[in-house]
Amino acid sequence: MEAFTTLTGIAAPLPKANVDTDQIIPARFLKSISRTGFGKNLFANFRYKEDGSENPDFVLNQEPYRKAEILIAFENFGCGSSREHAPWALLDFGIRCVIAPDFADIFHNNSFKNGVLPVKLPREVCEQLMEDARMGGNARLTVDLERQVVVRPSGEEIPFQIDPLRRHLLLNGLDDIGQTLQHAPAIDSYEARQKAAQPWLHGG
Amino acid sequence: MSGQKPRTLFDKIWDAHVVDTLPDGTALLYIDLHLTHEVTTPQAFDGLRQAGRKLRRPDLTLGVIDHNIATDASRYTGIVDPESRLQVETLERNAAEFGMPLIPLLDDRQGIVHVIGPELGRSLPGMTIVCGDSHTSTHGAMGALAFGIGTSEVEHVLATQTLLQKPAKNMKVEVTGTLPFGCSGKDITLAIIGRIGTAGGTGHVIEYCGDTIRALDMAGRMTVSNMAIEGGARAGLIAPDQTTFDYIARTPNGPKGEALARAMEWWKTLPTDAGAQFDKVVTLNAHEIAPQVTWGTSPEDVLPITGVVPNPEEAADEARRAQLRRMVEYMGLTPGQKLQDLKIDVAFIGSCTNSRIEDIRAAAAIARGRRVADGVRALVVPGSGLVKKQAEAEGLDRILTEAGFEWREAGCSMCLGMNPDKLTPGQRSASTSNRNFEGRQGPGGRTHLLSPAMAAAAAIAGHLADVRDYQPKGSV
Repeated sequence: MEAFTTLTGIAAPLPKANVDTDQIIPARFLKSISRTGFGKNLFANFRYKEDGSENPDFVLNQEPYRKAEILIAFENFGCGSSREHAPWALLDFGIRCVIAPDFADIFHNNSFKNGVLPVKLPREVCEQLMEDARMGGNARLTVDLERQVVVRPSGEEIPFQIDPLRRHLLLNGLDDIGQTLQHAPAIDSYEARQKAAQPWLHGG
Repeated sequence: MSGQKPRTLFDKIWDAHVVDTLPDGTALLYIDLHLTHEVTTPQAFDGLRQAGRKLRRPDLTLGVIDHNIATDASRYTGIVDPESRLQVETLERNAAEFGMPLIPLLDDRQGIVHVIGPELGRSLPGMTIVCGDSHTSTHGAMGALAFGIGTSEVEHVLATQTLLQKPAKNMKVEVTGTLPFGCSGKDITLAIIGRIGTAGGTGHVIEYCGDTIRALDMAGRMTVSNMAIEGGARAGLIAPDQTTFDYIARTPNGPKGEALARAMEWWKTLPTDAGAQFDKVVTLNAHEIAPQVTWGTSPEDVLPITGVVPNPEEAADEARRAQLRRMVEYMGLTPGQKLQDLKIDVAFIGSCTNSRIEDIRAAAAIARGRRVADGVRALVVPGSGLVKKQAEAEGLDRILTEAGFEWREAGCSMCLGMNPDKLTPGQRSASTSNRNFEGRQGPGGRTHLLSPAMAAAAAIAGHLADVRDYQPKGSV
């Protein structure tokens, strides 16, 4: 996983609540067995018309948002299916940070594990940031994970909260399986205890 | 961890599975059962292979093929779609390489992952169960802590049999009173989501309780907990009781004899202690529930079948007005229109929400002696090969096919638009599945969620219909 430290880039406004993972990447595009290549179908039902041509009304088909690295949306972003293809599609398109008032739990987890930073900020702040984002290429936002601030084009800094463990893993690009395997002796002894107490869970 | 303080069902299962606690309070949680399917695992096995890691507990892992396969006879001659075939073959290859037990596609036990777990007796009370699928909450009806995970977490469980988790908050949803005529578990779960909203349970684990829930059979309970995720909760639990124990005793792979007796001793200690604290409590009176149907593109946009399409302009704020306008437009509706006047093109009875034998019986009871309306395509897709066999032994397939319903092979089918069973743009469906999102059943498709009996009634009427007007002719 690529580490996330500071990102300065174009932010795309998506003023919608309940952006579900079927919108982010429809199920018919989940048949790949790799982690990459999903970007072209990110928001496919909005980005393309029925004949496959681009829908010029959708924000990611407009300049400068084709190169957006930050997405700003409203409440309950990422609800629905557990598909990790949703953060994979965002990442493959080039989006490494989503700012919203809140996120659905599974999407929130999945994002961290792929170096996509979900930033929770109150709705009023998201509305202000959307106004910044509407200014296009002249109004880049900075998301500084080290200092836990979003910097507006005006220079105003907006602090955000984040789980310290997740921040640490993301700043260092760490895979958590390696970390968990350091607890292997504890897992071994748990299994031994459980097998004695609850043998039916272990085919006994 | 144990002892003095009264604990909830969730607290007890959680405490029993903490392997280790990290300095920041994150728990390393042991996983008793890991269910896998073809769509959310290929990248996880790839990760294991690249890191030279093994599958830690093949005996606690079970694979099945359900999401992307056809539900017609074509499965017997090989999967036609090359991408689907590659995904299925990849799961088969990974199962062989890592020693993971896999139920073959052409096996009676094959079916939707959330149907087969309980049915085979693999999903049991007090367990932690995960799967790379959000509807893993279904298994919570067994009294297990069951939740959906992403592919990175699938890889984590494959390698370590544990997950890193922060404890969730406790939420109680209590439903009391006798469920009215014409209603089922589906109407309860939709009414709850209508009340709490799609983010009402975020950060929480729901425990469903009250005498209405206790009176449900296991299939009804699974329908309720299946849609916990649609209310934003990762898991939805129901305390195990005699109904649960009787169900487990009938399963082929559940514990038997002395093992069962020993397990039951523990299971009986699981229900929430008197005085345990919940962070959030919601109560519903079952008397107030009428047969439910969704009208919009979020499961929270649900109404009694006697309702009319809402007027977006009457919503409280502009953001909501804009959202409702979009829904009305996408769904092809007119404000004030009666829901019962909405003509349907497709009725779908199936999915991990409603494809168990009890669901098929409910649909067949309405279908018996009637005909599917002209121009309506009606599909009945059993949740597993075992459900299919049972239905056929009871003659339900004959009742349904004589009424004009298609009788299909087991799978996820038209729930999610990733296999050949899809809506075409503009088609309207009466569907027993769990999500009515834009494009969920196929691009441009319009989904109305409802119960199996309501879906059968809609198929016969040719429009959304009140099941209370379509009562069984004779006994099934």
